[in-house]
Amino acid sequence: MTHLDIELQHLKAETIKMWTLVNLQLNKGKESLIKLDKDLAREVILSERRVNAYELKLDRDCENIFALFNPVAVDLRFVLAVLKINNNLERTGDIVEGIAKFVLNVDHTFDKQVLEITRVVEMYLATNNMMETVLEAFDKEDTSLARKVFQQDELVDEINVNANKIVADYIRSHPDNVEGALYLLSIIRKLERVGDQAKNMAEEIIFYIEAKVLKHRSKVEKSN
Amino acid sequence: MYKIESKNVDFFYGTSQALKNINIAIMQNTVTALIGPSGCGKSTYLRLFNRMNDLIGNTKLTGQILIDGEDIYAKGVNVDSLRKNVGMVFQKPNPFPKTIFENVAYGLRVNGVTDKKLIEERVETSIKQVVLWDEVKDKLKKSAFELSGGQQQRLCIARALAIQPSVILMDEPTSALDPISTSKVEELIYELKSKYTIVIVTHNMQQAGRVSDTTAFFYMGELIEYDNTKTIFTNPKIERTQNYITGRFG
Repeated sequence: MTHLDIELQHLKAETIKMWTLVNLQLNKGKESLIKLDKDLAREVILSERRVNAYELKLDRDCENIFALFNPVAVDLRFVLAVLKINNNLERTGDIVEGIAKFVLNVDHTFDKQVLEITRVVEMYLATNNMMETVLEAFDKEDTSLARKVFQQDELVDEINVNANKIVADYIRSHPDNVEGALYLLSIIRKLERVGDQAKNMAEEIIFYIEAKVLKHRSKVEKSN
Repeated sequence: MYKIESKNVDFFYGTSQALKNINIAIMQNTVTALIGPSGCGKSTYLRLFNRMNDLIGNTKLTGQILIDGEDIYAKGVNVDSLRKNVGMVFQKPNPFPKTIFENVAYGLRVNGVTDKKLIEERVETSIKQVVLWDEVKDKLKKSAFELSGGQQQRLCIARALAIQPSVILMDEPTSALDPISTSKVEELIYELKSKYTIVIVTHNMQQAGRVSDTTAFFYMGELIEYDNTKTIFTNPKIERTQNYITGRFG
């Protein structure tokens, strides 16, 4: 194994650690939302600092590899992909922190009915799944797994698209619970962005393994 | 039309085949890098373009090498005028034991130029072209050996330019130079590209990436891959090329 191989493996291991942490944050965010567990929400907010520290570390690791090893071809694509995935993971961490802040700020528990009709928990599970799938794809260098993420995102999109009308109808019939409903709508928007980050990461994995650029392509093109 | 074309080129040192069926077409005013492990045939191939291998006994070439559409191995080709058109720079700077001025003027003198004014003009232009003028203008009468390695190499490039070739071959031109001189020579290659067609053999992958438009990867006498340099260094099509440029060769 070359020196560069060792550095690249180390970079991959560190990326997986950060990714696992972000997925854990996402899970805790979900639990705190369902149970309105404010302690758990506080924990998520505190742990966000660790995500940020990982981001800085991975940035520096990538910079060092560029400077010292001048990677080319698949190695170059890998380091470029990690640099972008690092950014996606950090953004995901921020989004989850935002969700935890909503949970912390909301006065009452969320009305079960609005949780149900907006399908927010289902959406949360779907984004969790996407993040798990894309992590596994990265770990196993499996682009067919990465492509699965584009299909999983369809459910997330569907729930997001329907949310406006559902929440508007709910607010009309429950004018006393406007704040909770609006928080939920914001959470849905945030989850939709988690889905986008997962898709971006899937694109990066395909870029580094297959040297194909899928950005700004249609879903059909991405799946092939 | 291509500046240089090689068609089905095989080359033998005695019975040992050094190049196998090499087909490459090089555009005018481009830099082509030849890369590959030691003994892969890249320097042998480079030397075919100005028939330097003719000087080695018991060699045989089949196939064709065309420069400006003319077969340079055809009967009746004047090798001297070929070498006037196809200049060469070597790995180690090799100035002659003469003054700086005479080094650059040498090619003109041996080609029968006697017009003093023309020689002076050509020497100055050539030295300016390699961005060496300010460093040597006050010591043109001094020995070329007084120059640093990097300056000597640029002087050798000036010597090649003085006879106004259209192709310049460079065989690892910076391998004996420090990073500053290397960077000057690389800048020079970039500048010269607008007037000349350059073929460079290099072991430095980053250098190939920095200076060339197209890259040819040789391995054991075969041309494995020939493509735009950007493609070779971001997404080579052949696994062996990728293994070589990423240092996983063996």
